[in-house]
Amino acid sequence: MRAARRIVLPLLVIAALIGAWQVAASNGAIAAALNIEAFLVPSPAEVGSALWDNRALLWENTWVTLREILVGLGCGVLAGILLALPMRFSSLLRDAFFPLAIAAQAIPLVAIGPILLVWFGFGIWPKVILVALATFFPILVTTLDGLRAVDPEAVKMMRTLDASRWAIFCRVEVPTALPSFFSGLKVAAAIAPIVALFAELVGSSSGLMHEIVTDNANLEVARVFAAVVVLMVVGLLLFALATLAERLVVSWR
Amino acid sequence: MEAGAGARDEAGAAVAIEGLSHAFGELEVVAGLDLAVPPHSVLGLVGPSGCGKSTLLEILCGLREPSAGSVAVGGERAAAARLARCAFMPQRDLLLPWYSALDNAALALRNRGLGRAEARRRAGELFGRFGIAGFEGARPDRLSGGMRQRVAFLRTLVAGKPVLALDEPFAALDAITRAEMQEWLAGALREDPRTAVLVSHDVEEALYLCDRVAVLSARPGRVVAELQAPAPRAADRLAAITDPAFVAAREAALRALREGSR
Repeated sequence: MRAARRIVLPLLVIAALIGAWQVAASNGAIAAALNIEAFLVPSPAEVGSALWDNRALLWENTWVTLREILVGLGCGVLAGILLALPMRFSSLLRDAFFPLAIAAQAIPLVAIGPILLVWFGFGIWPKVILVALATFFPILVTTLDGLRAVDPEAVKMMRTLDASRWAIFCRVEVPTALPSFFSGLKVAAAIAPIVALFAELVGSSSGLMHEIVTDNANLEVARVFAAVVVLMVVGLLLFALATLAERLVVSWR
Repeated sequence: MEAGAGARDEAGAAVAIEGLSHAFGELEVVAGLDLAVPPHSVLGLVGPSGCGKSTLLEILCGLREPSAGSVAVGGERAAAARLARCAFMPQRDLLLPWYSALDNAALALRNRGLGRAEARRRAGELFGRFGIAGFEGARPDRLSGGMRQRVAFLRTLVAGKPVLALDEPFAALDAITRAEMQEWLAGALREDPRTAVLVSHDVEEALYLCDRVAVLSARPGRVVAELQAPAPRAADRLAAITDPAFVAAREAALRALREGSR
């Protein structure tokens, strides 16, 4: 009953909002309020048919953007983990490199976007670099915190059970760090699409943001909304995937 | 016990503590302790909170070096050698929540490089004897306090070390479960005698489970009395702890404890 309510109620709210938008868009109320031409305010039905009619084009551009997000996120996660591990094992490395990591995190992505475009061109790499720069830090911080949250008593217990440093790392520290790592992963999964879109905005020859910019210039407003709907779905799926992975891996919670 | 077979050196199991002192900076926690544990006997340590009982166990297990004095386990003084000979059972069971009861019990074997299947098989053989058969696959959060403590003790025994260091193993349990667990541990030690040092804040528990009990003073801990237990690990616990000799020993221990706390 409660589960049904949690699914049905939000769906009803969304359906009501879409219905209201449909009415307000088709009778021209929104356009009148904004004092613009009626064709600039597509109704949900028009967005729906734009989605269907342009499915090949949208899919092509979605695939471009999704690849940027996934490769960038993958590089960011890998970099975060690879930085966290040596920092866990050596306080010397942590003291030496953590300030650098904070500095790298503080690089204004908006400012270096154009530079990366000059250096690497219109391809996937400037996007991957920007997404990785934005996502490595949450992973690094949460993983490092998780590794340091280890119970010292559990480590003592493991030492009297003949555990090597490596065995303690694998059997105690990594499992301890996993819940925290997944919190970082969910944050990173939420940031990655935004940064990928920004990177496309700076300069690109394909991708959903490229599509949106072009369509907006040509006043193809329904297709802009269609691209936005696709992006929302992509964002939701990414977050759902991260949550699912967390449930599967951190099964003891 | 099979899991310990071969790893036990009968003659080398004794613990000898001589002139042991330890301080954390300015804070002296134990001072001038002399204690000896013969092979296959259990020494109890009781004392007020903060008298360095847990620190003493950590030193015994080779997790810490004392500020002064020496600790020998099986004739070896080096910390690494002590670590190799002692198994530590902490106050909290410290079962790893991401492993099943069986994987927790098999930890020592896995740490020594044994394959998972073989380690699980060998640890699993003991579950029946410990009264926890059928719970091998359960995660620790599915087990009751008493069962968790049994798994923790099994994990300690599977390590096959000649000396057990038990740090208030039943302190976290309710009174009824604690009495049950004391009877159970007494039975396990009757069946498979081990050299053990048991830290407790409960005089009755120490006198029932140990051969001898050393009463420590308030910080810095020193031995104020050493008592012989009248009927260590008797099969009938209730009869043993209500016996006049036991009651007398308990009174002597409590008096020593009060003297030492002043």
